[in-house]
Amino acid sequence: MRVAAPAKSAPTRSEQIIVFRIGSQLFAVSSASVQEVRSSDSFSGASTEISAPGLRKVRHVVRRGDRSLFIVSGALHFDLPPSPGTLAFVLRKTRTALLVDGIEKMTSMTRLQALPQSFCHEERQWYRGLTAIDQTVIPVVHPEGFLSAEELTLLDAAMPPPKNRDGESTEGTVSAA
Amino acid sequence: MTVSAELELQSFVLLRLGERRFAVRAGQIAELVAPSRIFKFPHRTAQIEGVILRRGRIVPVCDVAETLIGKKLMSRRLYLLAVRHYGAQTEWVALPVTGECELINAEMAAAAESDAPHVAGWLSHAGDVIEVLNVDAITPGPGEMRVESETKGVLEARP
Repeated sequence: MRVAAPAKSAPTRSEQIIVFRIGSQLFAVSSASVQEVRSSDSFSGASTEISAPGLRKVRHVVRRGDRSLFIVSGALHFDLPPSPGTLAFVLRKTRTALLVDGIEKMTSMTRLQALPQSFCHEERQWYRGLTAIDQTVIPVVHPEGFLSAEELTLLDAAMPPPKNRDGESTEGTVSAA
Repeated sequence: MTVSAELELQSFVLLRLGERRFAVRAGQIAELVAPSRIFKFPHRTAQIEGVILRRGRIVPVCDVAETLIGKKLMSRRLYLLAVRHYGAQTEWVALPVTGECELINAEMAAAAESDAPHVAGWLSHAGDVIEVLNVDAITPGPGEMRVESETKGVLEARP
């Protein structure tokens, strides 16, 4: 009698993520979408103030060559209680540097559940989905969800004229990916 | 009871929100579970409180009490996991309830045009007339966004 070979289970795909904190709220972001992790102090010398109408979450911009990187307060973006934001995640393929309060851990997720369709407002742009890490549900942010096209247009219009472009500091840079 | 009358009986789960009772078609209920930890995170959908983890699934918790009885629930005894349709797709949604639930067989009278969209029909049980809830209409979903933007458009178009 021939016994069927046990079916090989497909290898589980996992994705490296950074679990971070804004205030007491946990979020996760794919490690691959974080280009740099910097201390927010290291940005302060190189940043310029910016004020776009109705866009409180962006107060500073950093020029990098021809590009501008907008520093987004994670707390204000998510309507959380104000927090200073001690670290900045420079998000790959975006013009966003996200201010967060700390990194909880780096880990991997094997399952990303789509955001339930009951969530039907801006959060659909904010999150790629939800994951469960150690029996805790954590939203996984969408790197492009921090600044919409309309917000970028507003910010570009509010940009101060360029000045010294050589002054950008790289002190405090940590390679993230 | 005649055979034809018996065939019209359907199963419903009776639930309690505060002092009032409502019904949901039994076929729309996946499970009845004890309250567990609610995970909360920032979002803008007012009726959703957060999510619970159930058998590996992440299930949104939707407090429908404010819509149905005009106030939020102060205490909750159970979550009714209802099946919510989104076109061809279905998802679970957890509805907090304040009392024990009961499975009954009853005949449902169709909703009238003047009834609110969340009323699927009416049934009579133990001297009460009870609203049968349309889970798809009482819980938020992409349709809500469409209605909101259409309403906004109408309001903006007014002189």
